[in-house]
Amino acid sequence: MIEIIIGKYNYWIYITLMMIGFYAMIAKGNLIKKIIGMNIFQTAVILFYISTGKVWGGTAPILWDKAVIYDNPIPHVLMLTAIVVSVGTTAVAIAIVIRIYKEYGTMEEDAILEIERKQAEELRKGNTGQREI
Amino acid sequence: MVEIVHSAAPLCAIGVSLVAVILMVISKGYPNLREFWTIGASILKFSIVVSMLPTILDGKVIEYSLYSILPGLDIKFRVDPMGIFFALTASFLWIITSFYSIGYMRALKEHAQTRYFSFFAIALSATMGVAFSANLFTTFLFYELITLSTFPLVAHTETPEAIKSSRRYIAYLLGTSIAFQLSAIFLTYNATGTLEFSNHGILAGKAPDMLLIIIFILFMAGITKAAMMPFHSWLPAAMVAPTPVSALLHAVAVVKTGVFVLLKVILFVFGVDLLSKLGVGTALAYFASFTIIVASFIALRQDNLKLRLAYSTISQLSYVVLAVALLTPGGITASIMHIIIHAFGKITLFFAAGAIYVATRKTNISELNGIGKQMPLTMAAFTIGVLSMIGVPPAAGFISKWYMISGSIEARQIPFIIVIAASTILNACYFLPIVYTAYFKRHDNEIYNEEWRMLNKGYGMINLNSEVRIKEAPPLMVVSLILTAIGTLVLFFWPSLFLELARMVVGVVI
Amino acid sequence: MNIAEHFPALVIVIPLLFALITWLAGLINRAFCWVIALTITFLCFLMSFSILNTVMHTGRISYHMGAWEPPWGIEYAIDYLNGFVLVVVSFIAFIVTLYSRKSVGLEIDEEKSPAFYSLYMLLFTGLMGMTITGDIFNLYVFIEITSLSGYALIAIGRRRNSLMASFNYLILGTIAATFILIGIGYLYMVTGSLNMADLREKLPPLYHSRVVLTAFGFFTVGLSLKLALFPLHIWLPNAYTYAPSVVSAIMAATSTKVGAYAMLRILFTVFKVEFDLNVVPVTKILLVLSCIAIIAGSILAISQTNIKRMLAYSSVGQIGYIVLGTTMANQTAMTGSIIHILNHALMKGTLFLVAGCVVYKTGIEDISGLKGMGQKMPFSMAAFTVGALSMVGVPLTVGFISKWYLATGALKAGMWFILPIILISSLLSAIYFWRIIEGIYFAPAVSSQHSEVSTYRSLDHHNPHPVSRSRDDAPPGMLIPTLILAGLCIFFGIAAYIPVSVAEKAANMLLGGT
Repeated sequence: MIEIIIGKYNYWIYITLMMIGFYAMIAKGNLIKKIIGMNIFQTAVILFYISTGKVWGGTAPILWDKAVIYDNPIPHVLMLTAIVVSVGTTAVAIAIVIRIYKEYGTMEEDAILEIERKQAEELRKGNTGQREI
Repeated sequence: MVEIVHSAAPLCAIGVSLVAVILMVISKGYPNLREFWTIGASILKFSIVVSMLPTILDGKVIEYSLYSILPGLDIKFRVDPMGIFFALTASFLWIITSFYSIGYMRALKEHAQTRYFSFFAIALSATMGVAFSANLFTTFLFYELITLSTFPLVAHTETPEAIKSSRRYIAYLLGTSIAFQLSAIFLTYNATGTLEFSNHGILAGKAPDMLLIIIFILFMAGITKAAMMPFHSWLPAAMVAPTPVSALLHAVAVVKTGVFVLLKVILFVFGVDLLSKLGVGTALAYFASFTIIVASFIALRQDNLKLRLAYSTISQLSYVVLAVALLTPGGITASIMHIIIHAFGKITLFFAAGAIYVATRKTNISELNGIGKQMPLTMAAFTIGVLSMIGVPPAAGFISKWYMISGSIEARQIPFIIVIAASTILNACYFLPIVYTAYFKRHDNEIYNEEWRMLNKGYGMINLNSEVRIKEAPPLMVVSLILTAIGTLVLFFWPSLFLELARMVVGVVI
Repeated sequence: MNIAEHFPALVIVIPLLFALITWLAGLINRAFCWVIALTITFLCFLMSFSILNTVMHTGRISYHMGAWEPPWGIEYAIDYLNGFVLVVVSFIAFIVTLYSRKSVGLEIDEEKSPAFYSLYMLLFTGLMGMTITGDIFNLYVFIEITSLSGYALIAIGRRRNSLMASFNYLILGTIAATFILIGIGYLYMVTGSLNMADLREKLPPLYHSRVVLTAFGFFTVGLSLKLALFPLHIWLPNAYTYAPSVVSAIMAATSTKVGAYAMLRILFTVFKVEFDLNVVPVTKILLVLSCIAIIAGSILAISQTNIKRMLAYSSVGQIGYIVLGTTMANQTAMTGSIIHILNHALMKGTLFLVAGCVVYKTGIEDISGLKGMGQKMPFSMAAFTVGALSMVGVPLTVGFISKWYLATGALKAGMWFILPIILISSLLSAIYFWRIIEGIYFAPAVSSQHSEVSTYRSLDHHNPHPVSRSRDDAPPGMLIPTLILAGLCIFFGIAAYIPVSVAEKAANMLLGGT
């Protein structure tokens, strides 16, 4: 039992971080907080991968003539890609949020939904079904 | 073994009117040319069908495989006695209806005539397709095509009532065919691995009895074009269509497709032996009897002429179902004969209704006082049609009633003789008053003239003509309805061709 | 060196490269972008076709990226399923590109159009990559490429609501992709391999270990969101409704299909069929979910008044069909699933393209805007009718073929209750499509002169037809692609053996494990 908690501490860390990020993504109303949560979530997974690549007594996976055993380089490589993906996603997300802020004047999800709801009601009353361009 | 002849004639019969549609659309601006294509196509179609007749009478069968979409789903045509029987009826009556349509449309100066004639032609193509289909898939394909192509015809007048009624029309026909008929087709394919029709059915021994009964029920529910209750409401709803549509489609093409497919399913998918074994024949006969009687009662209460004719059609269609459900030679002969007999009779009645509307703008029976004096030819034809419906010689209806009764006796099911007798009486009850009103009630003009004379007694005589002037519908229409009325009489005196075809069918299925 | 050997790589590399070149060319002259996009998609379509041809003749292609041997190098493995989906995706992309010029001109700011085409090429790259790759992590990368370009494309229009729709999709999509990443991580942890074929060999002894089961769970949830299987479909209606018409069209016709393909790969190639049936009852779960999706999608579509939203919910239902076929573990149903990938792409593509035409001409997205269009836009409306009849499943159209296979497959598997579900959803589709078709061709005339008449008592009463409007259909650049897709709906409904022969072989291979 202790073995599971202490021995596999990397998994516990990653799971906790992941849950924090997940919670932020879902429960927080501010769009920026959601993006932050998304980052935490993805970082947690990156940490998980790296942690699984660790070999007891291994050195960093860079060619070194004094090295006896290396860590597994593949997770590192994969995670480089994943980090890039994460950065890309964050960039797109922030770009969208900037435009949202320009259009709606707020970054709170509730306020935005309220504005959209009002707009939809007005359209229904106006009853044209015309899309505003 | 039956000799099979391979010929593209069935495809030609179907395709003729489709080609005509293209020509009609091209000649949109020239009404006479456009009408010429319709007439030409109908005559050509009938001739092609007639050309296939000698081969069939010889005992052979014509087949033509058009295309195989997937293994098990082939578009294949087979012309057999029953198919050609139906095809002859529909194509011949299309010729007459075309003339009638032209007269009707021009008299009323209707709109969208090209659309009307085009979809009419497509509907007839599809009817030929059903008549000549060799398997359930081809049948289903053309069955749905009929529904889709008659939709613009039902909604033709584009009034809100027409739109609403056409919605109901599509809802019933498309809904039940997708929900029930398609289910039954899938189940049949799963049980037997094929969808081809066969003389003694394909389902025997392929599935447990319970499943077979379920498939049967699904088929009966799914073939709503036969207007069995409770899925009959589409037919009265379709009466919003122009009368030529009601006449050909809803007295001949669409509804007869329904009973035709029903007959095909009963005789060529299930087979007489299997159904006798399952015992569903009697159940179906009771269902049909219910429809016959109830529809007749509803007809009694209708004042609108076309609606009364519609409920009469529902009732008469169930005659066909009742007859075939008896599963005896007499019954099967009756059901097949009734296809053409009812067709001629009902189309005459509808033609007359349309003629009355065109000439007088009247649609209700209560308004038809004395119209027999105003439109003698029309009402004479109408009377012949009525006699056929009731089953009185010398109108052809007598023949089918005769065979039905003999079929009941063969099946040793006496209750159905009572049903037939009762419905004959009911037929008389709702048809004869129309005839009486037309001939023996005094025309409004006469009453008006007499009152005027009475009022003016003391003021010197103004010699009013108390005669009712004859004012028939345009000649194209009147000639058509006289032709179909004569057809009804001809069928009584010379039914041999059709009886022969019917006997051939009985010969292969029993 | 035979260039044809390198098609698998070229099909990815060329669009990727030209995504950048498009944007650069757009700096010079905006008109170049469309031309480049069109040429590249057409080129890739030809290449995909050639790849499929090779597969049909010689069997499975295995292409080693950079000549590194798998399982250390990335392998592109193309078999019948892959090849089929590749051709479908590239063809649809080509047609939509053909269509896009005018539509983009209307719905997207002009200075953004180079960016649009650039993102479009990236989306295309991602889709092709997802389809063609044989390496799981590569799959994740391409999933993310597709998704990111998707998020951006949805938000690039002028419509304000698209921004929140895109953001929500982004959040949910990232969760899903990260779940897939977790799944990949677990599998790598226990097998040390990222190659799909290799995993297939290495996993069976580990099937009952918790790691593998968890990984499978993550995969299923993540992919279900990508392909919008109920109940993870919530992002789809808003995204498709508010995106520019071209984007809705391409995403509806391809992204979800490729997502379905990815799920098929994981379920049947990485994990063997026995796993799906015996170890985890995933087929039963997916069966229930897909049935609910089919019914729910259709029911929700009925109450919609916006065309695109209605088509979006209808898509949710159709995706249910695709997943349904995979759960029944017999060849007929699986063939139905795979063929529905093509068929739905054709049908939904047609419908969304017509919606785009209508928006282009009238600006109206509401169903009421279609009333009476039968006169004004006859060809577009004809295409719509064909697409609608195909969705209902009228014989001779492509929709009937899918339903035929799914229904017969279901009956063969003994699951007779699927039959009513399929037929009921056809009926529901008929309801919401027929309403529109009726409005198109029989727009209610001016009110009847006899207002007291309520039912059909006034038979044979005819009203003068309202003056027909002059014909003013969509421009040929938009109309021709729409009609091509509509024509194919009928063509493949009749000449069904062409795609079916490929789909059958693919189904066989997925289930039989050759």
